[in-house]
Amino acid sequence: MKTQTAAVKAHKHHEARSGGDIVLSIVCYTIFTICAFLCIYPFYYIFINSISSNELSSRGVILFYPEGIHLQNYLKAFQISGLGNAAFISLARTVLGTIGTVSASAFLGFMFTQDKMWHRKIWYRMVVATMYFNAGIIPWYLTMRNLGLTNNFWGYVLPAIVSPFFIILTKTFVESVPKELQEAAEIDGAGIIKIFFRIMLPVIKPILATVAIFAAVNQWNAFQDTLLLVTDNKLYPLQFILYQYLNQASSLAIQNSGSSSSGSLAGVGVTTQTPTSIRMTITVIVVIPVMLVYPIFQRYFVKGIMVGAVKG
Amino acid sequence: MKPAATQKTLRNKKKWDSVKLFLYVLPFILLVLVFSYYPLYGWVYAFFDYKPPRPFSWDDFVGLKWFASLVESDIKIQQIGQVLLNTFVMSGISLGTSWLPMLFAVFMNELRCVPFRKVVQTVTTLPNFISWVLVYSIAFSMFNSTGMMNTLLSNMGVISEPILFLNQSGPGVWLTQWLWLTWKNLGWSSIMYIAAISGIDAELYEAARVDGATRMKMIWYITIPCLLPTFFVLLMLNIANFLNNGMEQYYVFQNSFNKQYIQVLDLYVFNTAMGAGSYSVSVAISMLKSVVSVVLLVGANTVSKLIRGESFI
Repeated sequence: MKTQTAAVKAHKHHEARSGGDIVLSIVCYTIFTICAFLCIYPFYYIFINSISSNELSSRGVILFYPEGIHLQNYLKAFQISGLGNAAFISLARTVLGTIGTVSASAFLGFMFTQDKMWHRKIWYRMVVATMYFNAGIIPWYLTMRNLGLTNNFWGYVLPAIVSPFFIILTKTFVESVPKELQEAAEIDGAGIIKIFFRIMLPVIKPILATVAIFAAVNQWNAFQDTLLLVTDNKLYPLQFILYQYLNQASSLAIQNSGSSSSGSLAGVGVTTQTPTSIRMTITVIVVIPVMLVYPIFQRYFVKGIMVGAVKG
Repeated sequence: MKPAATQKTLRNKKKWDSVKLFLYVLPFILLVLVFSYYPLYGWVYAFFDYKPPRPFSWDDFVGLKWFASLVESDIKIQQIGQVLLNTFVMSGISLGTSWLPMLFAVFMNELRCVPFRKVVQTVTTLPNFISWVLVYSIAFSMFNSTGMMNTLLSNMGVISEPILFLNQSGPGVWLTQWLWLTWKNLGWSSIMYIAAISGIDAELYEAARVDGATRMKMIWYITIPCLLPTFFVLLMLNIANFLNNGMEQYYVFQNSFNKQYIQVLDLYVFNTAMGAGSYSVSVAISMLKSVVSVVLLVGANTVSKLIRGESFI
């Protein structure tokens, strides 16, 4: 920030802007306006289609503003088979998974700073090493099957609890907290658990917010674990339901690729659910939580990544 | 002077305290053992003729049969060759363009209007936080036969029949997949560089300004050289992950048209096991992949140590 104000001042005082600088500004503003547009328009496009007349949206004529606005798609959303249950599963795994990951990261991040721990370095390295290798999906799948975690809700939550990256983030943060804080509490006779809950937890809240947002987004977005582990459709999260609808739609598109596909739309009314409207509506429902949470937490995770960057 | 006995109990107490600390973390260590280390045992399946429902026995030991089967016929060799080519090309494009996030951050820093810059930063990082399924949903909505792109093109009179963008085949698939990857990741990857830029000493710029440097010159002679160490570390990490493209992106985008060019190693491993049911072959491939990955990681780390005197692991 300082650099910026200094730069502006310098421009005012010292020199008229050179031609090159003006060109640079124009180029920058143009490029970034285009980038921002490319990133946001797809979301806008899907949103306006989901609230427009279903007949128009399935013909693909809605491009820049909604027409024939109605909210029936959202009101009827929970009639889409499996969607209500999928929303519940998504929400449950996000809440439970985040609680698990944040608690474990906070506790381990703190415990791994305790030099007195028996063979602390070995355990810490053992956890961190898992960032760099991977048995592969099939051995992982077979393990989960042996543990009875296929077609089991806990298969979504348990493997995510200990994640080395979040532990490194938290540990780095804990290390920046003055040691005297803990020493003073120890002299007062507080045990390690008490120190963790009373002293450390309140201090490391900012980094836990970062971890929480990452963990929650990971859980909300998770798709691969369902693909591998779950065949019971009662356990499908929103991402998977959306994928199934997309898959159906794209195989229909491939079948119809020879003939013109608009013939089947003859009976579509303004609010009749169509494959297009269902797809767009689910997409918006899945995106919205991320969109709502994300700007609020953005400042946290920019800080978080900087803390992480220090350690590599 | 304390009597020896007291000293011993004191030592025991200390020892017990340190073990107690360990006992607190033990449950979590067990989770790591079960979910990250125990699956390594599954690598033995690469040496056995494993048929899923049947219990596992030594009679099924087949040695290196599955590894040999990867190169047993011309068709197999061609298939694996294509998968390797896809992996190499797509990772290669990513490596070759890994300077893009740096450039993105550098020029974003040149936006003097702070609210505008904040909006751009927020908006361009957003795609990183949605899943690949959603990216595919967006791709499908915009590029199917009644999607925005076809409507736009036919409104402009460029085309009369819709183009089926998603049924693309041929090497163009590599480029399309790279574009989607970049769309999703570019803004987010630049955050690391934005953080690094904010750490550059403002006096450097001050001095350059006094000497009459233009902004372009300052970028070239100050900002970019200051970012090179960060770039280098990230480049080494990219090299270490050369074979790990992940499968989610390619899985959601794959269809019968682009299958030949979209199958990277991770997806091939999945398709071999879950599609064709060849668990053992799939494990053999992922084992080879892991070995190469570890070699790449150690190699990149050694290079990093040699050049920067610092390891990144």
